[in-house]
Amino acid sequence: MMRMCTSWTGRNAGLNVTWKVKANDRPYHQLPEFKKKVFLCIKKSKYSGNAIKTYKYNFLTFLPLNLYEQFRRVANVYFLALLILQIIPEISTLPWYTTLIPLVIVLGITAIKDLVDDLARHRMDNEINNRKSEVLLNGRFQEAKWREIQVGDVVRLKKNDFIPADLLLLSSSNPNSLCYVETAELDGETNLKFRMGLRVTDERLQEDHQLADFNALIECEEPNNRLDKFTGMMLWDRERYPLELDNMLLRGCKIRNTDWCHGLVIFAGGDTKIMKNGGKTRFKRTKIDELMNYMVYTIFALLILVSAGLAIGHTYWYEAIGTKAWYLFDGKDQTPGYRGFLSFWGYIIVLNTMVPISLYVSVEVIRLGQSKFINWDLQMYFAEKDTPAKARTTTLNEELGQIQYIFSDKTGTLTQNIMQFKKCTIAGLIKPFSILCQLVDWSWNRYADKKFQFIDHSLVAHVRSKKDKDAMEFFKLLSLCHTVMVEHKDDDLVYQAASPDEGALVTAARNFGYVFLSRTQDTMTIREMDQEMTYEMLALLDFNSDRKRMSIILKFPDGRIRLYCKGADTVIYERLSPSSKHKETTQTALDVFANETLRTLCLCYKDISAEEFEAWSRRHKEAQVTMNDREAALDAVYEQIENNLMLIGATAIEDKLQDGVPETIAKLAKADIKIWVLTGDKKETAENIGYSCSLLTDDMEIHYGDDVNEKLTRRQASRRDDPQAYRRGKKKTAEPFFPGSNKNALIITGGWLIDFVDMACECEAVICCRVTPKQKANVVSLVKKYKKAVTLSIGDGANDVNMIKTADIGVGISGQEGMQAVMSSDYAFAQFRYLQRLLLVHGRWSYIRMCKFLRFFFFKNFAFTLVHFWYSFFNGYSSQITFEDWFITLYNLAYSSLPVLLVGLLDQDVNDRLSLKFPKLYIPGQQGTLFNYKNFFISLFHGIFVSLIIFFIPYGAFLQTMGQDGEAPSDYQSFAVVAASSLIFIVNLQISLDTSYWTFVNCFAVLGSIAIYFGVMFDIHSAGIHVIFPSVFTFTGVASNALRQPYLWLTIILTVGISLLPVICIQFLSKTIWPSVGDKKYEMELKEDDDKKKPAPFQRGRRSRRSAYAFSHAQGYADLIASGQSFRRRPRAHGGPQESIREIPRREAENI
Amino acid sequence: MVKQESESANRPDNTAFTQQRLPAWQPILSAGIVIPGFVLIGLAFIGIGVALLVTSRSIQVLELDYTGDSNGSPCSSCSQSDIANCKCSLNFTLTTLFQGPVFFYYGLSNYFQNYRRYGASKDDNQLYGDLSSFTSPSSSCSPYNYDSSKKPIVPCGSIANSMFNDTFTLTRTVSGTTNNVTLDGKGIAWWTDYNIKYRNPSVTPLKNAFNGTVKPINWAKPAYELDASDRSNNGFVNQDFLVWMRRAALPNFRKLYRRIDASGDYQKGLPAGNYTIDITYNYPVRAFNGAKKIVFSNVSWMGGSNEFLGIAYLVIGSLCVVMSVVMLIVYAKFKFPDEE
Repeated sequence: MMRMCTSWTGRNAGLNVTWKVKANDRPYHQLPEFKKKVFLCIKKSKYSGNAIKTYKYNFLTFLPLNLYEQFRRVANVYFLALLILQIIPEISTLPWYTTLIPLVIVLGITAIKDLVDDLARHRMDNEINNRKSEVLLNGRFQEAKWREIQVGDVVRLKKNDFIPADLLLLSSSNPNSLCYVETAELDGETNLKFRMGLRVTDERLQEDHQLADFNALIECEEPNNRLDKFTGMMLWDRERYPLELDNMLLRGCKIRNTDWCHGLVIFAGGDTKIMKNGGKTRFKRTKIDELMNYMVYTIFALLILVSAGLAIGHTYWYEAIGTKAWYLFDGKDQTPGYRGFLSFWGYIIVLNTMVPISLYVSVEVIRLGQSKFINWDLQMYFAEKDTPAKARTTTLNEELGQIQYIFSDKTGTLTQNIMQFKKCTIAGLIKPFSILCQLVDWSWNRYADKKFQFIDHSLVAHVRSKKDKDAMEFFKLLSLCHTVMVEHKDDDLVYQAASPDEGALVTAARNFGYVFLSRTQDTMTIREMDQEMTYEMLALLDFNSDRKRMSIILKFPDGRIRLYCKGADTVIYERLSPSSKHKETTQTALDVFANETLRTLCLCYKDISAEEFEAWSRRHKEAQVTMNDREAALDAVYEQIENNLMLIGATAIEDKLQDGVPETIAKLAKADIKIWVLTGDKKETAENIGYSCSLLTDDMEIHYGDDVNEKLTRRQASRRDDPQAYRRGKKKTAEPFFPGSNKNALIITGGWLIDFVDMACECEAVICCRVTPKQKANVVSLVKKYKKAVTLSIGDGANDVNMIKTADIGVGISGQEGMQAVMSSDYAFAQFRYLQRLLLVHGRWSYIRMCKFLRFFFFKNFAFTLVHFWYSFFNGYSSQITFEDWFITLYNLAYSSLPVLLVGLLDQDVNDRLSLKFPKLYIPGQQGTLFNYKNFFISLFHGIFVSLIIFFIPYGAFLQTMGQDGEAPSDYQSFAVVAASSLIFIVNLQISLDTSYWTFVNCFAVLGSIAIYFGVMFDIHSAGIHVIFPSVFTFTGVASNALRQPYLWLTIILTVGISLLPVICIQFLSKTIWPSVGDKKYEMELKEDDDKKKPAPFQRGRRSRRSAYAFSHAQGYADLIASGQSFRRRPRAHGGPQESIREIPRREAENI
Repeated sequence: MVKQESESANRPDNTAFTQQRLPAWQPILSAGIVIPGFVLIGLAFIGIGVALLVTSRSIQVLELDYTGDSNGSPCSSCSQSDIANCKCSLNFTLTTLFQGPVFFYYGLSNYFQNYRRYGASKDDNQLYGDLSSFTSPSSSCSPYNYDSSKKPIVPCGSIANSMFNDTFTLTRTVSGTTNNVTLDGKGIAWWTDYNIKYRNPSVTPLKNAFNGTVKPINWAKPAYELDASDRSNNGFVNQDFLVWMRRAALPNFRKLYRRIDASGDYQKGLPAGNYTIDITYNYPVRAFNGAKKIVFSNVSWMGGSNEFLGIAYLVIGSLCVVMSVVMLIVYAKFKFPDEE
């Protein structure tokens, strides 16, 4: 023992073992040596409490923090600065309230939204922190809230409890302190794992008083996020014991099949591995957001340039004319230069409407509306679980129309995680032969699992008739050759399988009358129809990923020795006896199964003579004690006996996909979206699912991680040889990894991630197996970083939280048990298949609408603002506004925003049916062709053009004229009204032209906006309001005076005509000459669809055959069974031969 | 039934709006609409253009510059001196009848009434007859809110202070005798300005309201004595004052001075003959290279003479027609390429 410990300390000498936990000693952890500086002199224990905190604000910090967050937005700072400028009377060219009111509204809306979000987080935290657990306090177990648990506490957990913190397993109700846990929340695997307490704690810490006296000191590594690693040491009674991950119960897991267990808290709260694994909540922004920000910067630059130009103009003008114009004397002794400087700021204020504050509010409103449409969508509502889709983040909708990469979890997302025994072939005959809609009634079998569904009555009858020896042997094999553990619970059998596949097979056998009842270390008891049989188990040749098979050697009650084997067809066929029958027929059946993407296993047996077994058994025992490379030695020995097998048949298991998954994936692939599956599962399982959900197709060439390594090394070598070529730019030198235009698929394992992005992105499909949550997130961020692509992650479990948070868009599958994925997701719905509607319909619409909205919004504000610019040339660059100030205040608010807002909410270029039918319509979004700098500049030039027209047509008309009745209408106020009216007509008619989906609401909005404009104008220009506020509303009578002149109406009509007609003309011509992508695709797709209707020829490629021996990560439970540790002598629940025959306490496990 | 409802409590409403299936019209810019549309609009614009141009041509305008820039022009002496009420006169001859009603305008060029600070330099409350603004004019009027002795100026501000103060009389010489042409100064300002926007304080006599205030620095007479002949034409509702206060949009502008009173000989307008305008030259414009004009004009349904709009309509209308032909050709070429 001591030798071992020294070696252990030696091994870990380099490790930083500074985390010390003392059992049942709370004050110990408050010692000064464990304090760390938090803030100035305030020190806190480095051990976190068990309360978790995911919220951002509390009562006091909300206002300052939230304002701080909001003012990190450039736009808000800009408007604040503008507000300050407007307060300075020298340069205030617009009243201050034109900025303050919108700013307050914007900040207020955002703050309320944040508050609601944070309250939800508070509630969630509270719910978790207030969960109850039993904690050992003052010598006895008391119920305590999770938040009160501290490091060093001993807690007792019961069956199905969630583990409150990272615990060291001390003892449990099971023999050898075995404890089963479900780690689904951590890694998404639903099969049970076992954890084992140390022998010493198992022996000495069973009773409460023993636990109360427990005073060991644990030394281990500092908290970290490695889920697969833990090293530590327990010092107890001057003895040292090594600790490993196998001794740990991690927070987030669930206790299963264990009545109770005791654990010592090592890491609590934020120190736990699951919390350390949680990525930081990130403020997500869309590409368009970024682009919009850059455009706003561009506009700033433009604004400053224009203002500076006009300020210089003012300086010169003032020098040349202003100083001489006695009537302009203002008593201020300011140099023209200084006046120019003031004019600069004045123009910044006047022209600020180029970046209207309402842009941000409107964008938020549109996104909110689109989120609502997602929530309301009946076609994304899952009636079975009464779960509608939910847009949890309302700011990302248009990004849904730009997705390039989807990262999907497998278990629970693509699949339902239900394995079903679907079909089988026995002695070359495929069963079921007939499909009946009525489910088989299992009432004849009292052990039958009620949930098991099978639809072939004939097979059942066949088996029950006991005529078919092959069929009997088939199910007998299934009931015997496995590593499933059984538990008797209230007269019911509960199987614990290392993998769901195996569970499905044993359950199938059970329902067909071959019920696996119990096992001991070396016997197995089954019920064959109505007769219980106990077999002596001579050897268990467990599965591993090289062998791809497992065997069991049994001694029958009559003394025969028989080996049963099940495994992947490839390995089984190599080992079949030449005399084995049904090879060809089974082969055909396997191909049929494979074509249906079922997972297959071949079953076979071999009779072994006693002598032969004796000889083999000796070699086996030798191999078992080999010191070096025991595994290889064992494999070699297994190889010797697993030959000359006789084929019985094959099973076909369906890893049940969620509805519509293959169709969805095919559709998304057509939309040029690349789909990566990231799963903690084995390679084989993942590949299998890849095929069944049509992510992988038979015309793809599969590259595994190992080939990839080769390719990469080659790439790196060539890069070394030709460094100059590399410097020329990555894109050009990086010749494709896979020459030829074949479709490629890539399956890689966890360790190989970092250098692969380029290569992986060349592939149609990528599957990453055995990746941890952190690695999942890493894959996502790699692609994000190097490909600058828009990514979406979809998952259902806590193990997906990281990638969901990392991706640009996270989607959670709701309606499942765990809610963590949903809680950290941006969108949540119940079924994977809704993804196509979310992306191809809602995403696409949102993107198109948002782009249209932004293009138009920029246009309408350029057209509006730049009129001031043109007017400057005629008013001495004096920052005189062209329009009435009330018009400026209300323009974006009331006169022009509603129609464009409705376009942003309701517009549809094609309806949802067509969007789904032609996924290619999605591509413009990915390429971002609808809104980019090109579009921005088009909007800018369109705006410049229209503003030019709006100014110069009235200018020409006003230059020398008088009114109908001789009064001069060429006054400033009439001019302002004419220009404003033209602008309103142009903007509202232009949006009408751009609207492609005219509903009565749009119509109402356009007419309404114009009506509101005139209504408000006539009100503001009325006598009544002037009487009340003579100095605020100074345009009294202008509207009525100006607009009764036909001449001015003709001016307005001409202005509107010149602004709109060229646009119509250009649109028509470009549509005729360059038909839109949508139109072209439409035609192409129609042809393509016709081609595809021909059924694919039946393929018999071996590659497409998938083995179900893709079991779990680890081997089966063979070691556990062999060691006998899980069997105990205890009062029998069922009499009879299930009695464990012997139990050898071999407790070397922790000493190895 | 109740149970069903509770089972699908979260079921979204199935309405046309929530499911985004509102009945809609999806307009397409088809050739059948665009090309005939352009032709029609083009023809309509040409029609309007012709009408405007013809009307504009039919309007008679007489423009006389009296700035006095050049030596030899009648008012050059006045323009060079600072003498108040300098007199000069301008002669012109009409060979035909100047169709009435005839309007008499004065025009200023290079005069920036649209300068921002100038435009803001007034006190709307004061001009609305608010007496408290009489005693303390708004600071926006600065530097014309208080005079050097800190007395409030009414009406305050640059606009009022710079009010145009040349005056004109028009005489006609018929066979040696000179008779005055009656000029009508009533109703030359906007009705709304006269009746609503500007208002004298309701103090009688009006003079008392101005107690303790001073007239604008450049003014010869206080506001309540602007028109000695008509008591109601004083204060802020003086027609000339109202016309001046309505700022021009552009630096070259005309403002209505008077109407030719259509009575007696002038019923049909100004008959042919020799006319003289006697000018009281006060308003300095040469300092800033400005110019002053007298304009006689009659009006039509479209107002005064301005050919710009007519020409613009004609050009745009023609372009529309041309473009419709171009579009037709392009459309034919791209939609039916086989027929080519």
